[in-house]
Amino acid sequence: MSQTQVLSFKDFATDQEVRWCPGCGDYSILKAVQRALADTGASAENTVFVSGIGCSSRLPYYVETYGFHTIHGRAPAVATGVKLANPELDVWLVTGDGDGLSIGGNHLLHVLRRNVNMNILLFNNEIYGLTKGQYSPTSREGTRSPTSPDGSFDNPVIPGSFALGAGASFIARGIDIDQKGLPLLLADAQAHQGTAFIEILQNCIVYNKDVFDDVVAKKQAKETQVQVVHGQPLIYGKDEDKGLRLNTQTLALESVTLGNGITEADLLVHDETNPIIAALLVALAPPMPTAMGIIHRVEKPVFDQAYWEHKPTQRSAKVRDLLRTGNMLDRRNEVSPR
Amino acid sequence: MSDKSSASANSLKPLERDRHVIRFAGDSGDGIQLQGQQFTVASALSGHDLATLPDFPAEIRAPAGTRYGVSAFQIQFGGDRITTAGDAPDVLIAFNPAALVVNLSHLEPGALIIVDADAFTEQRLKRADLATNPLEDGSLEAYRVCPVDITSLTVQAVKPHGLGSKDSARCKNFYALGLVLWLFDQPREPTMAWIEEKFGRLPDVRDANLTALNAGHAFGETSELSHHLVQSTTPQAPLDSVEYRTVTGAEAIALGLLAAGELADTELMFCSYPITPASSVLHHLAGLEDAGVATFQAEDEIAAVCSAIGASYAGKLGVTSSSGPGIALKGEAIGLAVAAELPLVIVNSQRAGPSTGLPTKTEQSDLYQAVYGRNGDTPIPVVAAKTPGHCFDAAIEAVTLALRHMTPVILLTDGYIANASELWPIPDIDAYPAIPTRKPGPDESGSAFERDPETYARRWAAPGHPGFIHRVGGIEKDVTTGNISYDADNHQAMTDIRQNKVLNVAKFVAPQEMDQGVTGGLAVVAWGSTYGTIYQAVKECLAEGAQVAHIHITQINPLPSNLGEMLAGFHTVLVPELNTGQLATLLKDRLVIDVKQHNKVTGQPLTVTEIKNAIHEHASARLRDVAGD
Ligand SMILES: Cc1ncc(C[n+]2csc(CCOP(=O)(O)OP(=O)(O)O)c2C)c(N)n1
Ligand code: SF4
Ligand SMILES: [Mg+2]
Repeated sequence: MSQTQVLSFKDFATDQEVRWCPGCGDYSILKAVQRALADTGASAENTVFVSGIGCSSRLPYYVETYGFHTIHGRAPAVATGVKLANPELDVWLVTGDGDGLSIGGNHLLHVLRRNVNMNILLFNNEIYGLTKGQYSPTSREGTRSPTSPDGSFDNPVIPGSFALGAGASFIARGIDIDQKGLPLLLADAQAHQGTAFIEILQNCIVYNKDVFDDVVAKKQAKETQVQVVHGQPLIYGKDEDKGLRLNTQTLALESVTLGNGITEADLLVHDETNPIIAALLVALAPPMPTAMGIIHRVEKPVFDQAYWEHKPTQRSAKVRDLLRTGNMLDRRNEVSPR
Repeated sequence: MSDKSSASANSLKPLERDRHVIRFAGDSGDGIQLQGQQFTVASALSGHDLATLPDFPAEIRAPAGTRYGVSAFQIQFGGDRITTAGDAPDVLIAFNPAALVVNLSHLEPGALIIVDADAFTEQRLKRADLATNPLEDGSLEAYRVCPVDITSLTVQAVKPHGLGSKDSARCKNFYALGLVLWLFDQPREPTMAWIEEKFGRLPDVRDANLTALNAGHAFGETSELSHHLVQSTTPQAPLDSVEYRTVTGAEAIALGLLAAGELADTELMFCSYPITPASSVLHHLAGLEDAGVATFQAEDEIAAVCSAIGASYAGKLGVTSSSGPGIALKGEAIGLAVAAELPLVIVNSQRAGPSTGLPTKTEQSDLYQAVYGRNGDTPIPVVAAKTPGHCFDAAIEAVTLALRHMTPVILLTDGYIANASELWPIPDIDAYPAIPTRKPGPDESGSAFERDPETYARRWAAPGHPGFIHRVGGIEKDVTTGNISYDADNHQAMTDIRQNKVLNVAKFVAPQEMDQGVTGGLAVVAWGSTYGTIYQAVKECLAEGAQVAHIHITQINPLPSNLGEMLAGFHTVLVPELNTGQLATLLKDRLVIDVKQHNKVTGQPLTVTEIKNAIHEHASARLRDVAGD
């Protein structure tokens, strides 16, 4: 089935009324997704959005491609089945911090370790939005919510660290409202062979309003984020005067100000293929700058390719043979057929 | 070797008869199942009908010599139609004292017992909790006992091959098999071929096992030491097909799924997570992938069913397989497949529950789970296989319902059917009708929710098709567009469609037939793996003049549309089951009739004798009731 015309941003919108709360970060992510689909020349019929359950997981209803809104936490398994059944499809998986890391943590682990060729968008709002605001596995310690009225005391999981531990071949972090950067990041994910995991910091305006302000607030963003670029030194700050240096004694990253004898040559150069650098970067949190962009990208064997390499499908001839294998009692020479 | 059996045994039955029930028993490390399987193949190739019952502990290598560690394999073979592995063996091969004592109570009086005399040491008697040696204490007087020094004779025979003493002794299963093959005049060639293939790369082991097999056979031929070891032949079965093979239920399911894929011109994806006794289906299919079924070992049962659903959504038929505990985990996802109206086959090889229960023992206690066990009004068709060979047709039926009606279907088998084997006429799949699907042609376009007016099945429109782009999911969907709908009337309409879709299946499936017998009296109504036992029991009762019939249901949900009318023709409906009465409940629920029950949950199959007794009991109870009126 060939694509006859290039689809525009608008062509990827459905006739369904979008039902997120006004001001929810999900709107911006939806736009970035539609933008990325148009920019990458995606074909509507060969693209599938699979999601679990949560506010975030409603996204497939709003994208004019095939879509499957499944059950809570299990979307990675469903998406794996879709991709294995038809490796030609572009599969996008939409999940939340609860859907992907709480109930679905096991499946997320396995899709990442297998490296099934798909893009995983984890909308991290550090809260269970759809069920009205309970704390989630990414909620910071002390999060007050209906189920943690005195503040949560669970140790939160860092999505990117989890993905790295699971053997992910592509790990990136983006921001919902970043309409310039996010579509580019999604396009890079789409180009990657294997599972591309993108954590998107998403503002749940109702139940966890502005929880990422310490990282994403525009007026200080240059100070609180470091855009990581492969082959470039890790520089940040509104005057590009700060950088990250590896302390070889503590094996930790430290923030330094350029000048006074400290030069760019002292800074760590980002190598997206190096999992140790990825581990350091992905865990950076305030007061250190938070890493944004492609934190880790390596080539690894792709599961759905290996899967079919081992599975020729010459059904017709084989089935009849198989029925007659094993320990056969062949009486055709003894008995005349009746 | 000495013959220690009592003199009175001389007067007991000779070995000549038209069928035999043989039980091999020993430690799980003694290769008992292998001996049984090899004997099965030899029996089949020499033209006998047969049925087998593997019976083993859950532990892979249970402590040697203990009673609970005994592994056994039973086979009935002969010249008449054989439908069960037999109630009471007339030959027992026991490799140690525990294997002897735990099986004694099952044996027919006068049964031939061959024991490995080397294993009756003081230490091993103690392992089996025996204070005295049964070979000497007179407790075996009712049997014909034939002690053979199997271990030492084996070690002696294989000495030239230079294996260590432990490896030499391990050949004893082939020594015993050789002896038993001789006893029943059955061919050694299939076993020789098997040994060649299995141990081809280990010439010493291969040759030692071949030597052991032949030595056991020669021992039978030349030994005049025991008057009990007299060779006999068993009549061949009057087979009416031309090609046969042995098949286990697990193999037949695998083959049935492959054939169904061929008949539907659809590739299958079999997604599963290992669990006893369901794993064998995955093992078989994993080896047969070039025939159009791709297998995927998922990270758990939920992922298995979900990846199968993903495959079905993407246009290949998803199949998942497990046992009760795994099916419980799949419940929520099966509901998704109902809501999204996707084809899916769920195979449940039932085992004894609750919880982990008895993993290697058989039971029929997941019928409620299959029919009723999901949240919401979530009906799905349920089909049950009745014999190992019937698993082939049952699998084709399950696939047919799933594809024609666009619905998940549960196929029930159990540990007994999965492991047991029977002689199976090889089906001609070209004689089977093609299985219709709701796939749109490449140039069609329209709605994925356009329904077939008869089945209410929607279109099976998969991603990749430009004419049917749509979204679907587990939230209630609009009847016509598939979009989310919270509308009250729409939910009523969708619920009605889901219910009627499944009820409608009854219009498309074959009407219930009576398996045998006469109307008017007592009907034995059953399902699943009890088929063979009930068939034999009813056959014997009919021969004795009883007014009885056997009706075996394979279409469990919905029940066949003529079943109510058929059962109205009997004064008593007796439902024997390996559970506490689950089909009985379903019949009472759906047909609003009174039924009598016969239930057993020992992890063992029903016996012919107990079914005959139940038939007689209920028939005479009825006579008393009528007389009392
Ligand atoms: C089996 C099951 N358990 C619980 C729920 C209820 N539930 C729905 S969404 C959700 C949490 C969603 O949180 P998240 O994944 O972070 O998504 P968000 O709404 O924040 O985007 C829960 C607990 C459910 N639908 N299914
Ligand atoms: S609850 Fe939060 S995440 Fe959900 S739609 Fe509203 S703002 Fe968005
Ligand atoms: Mg959330």
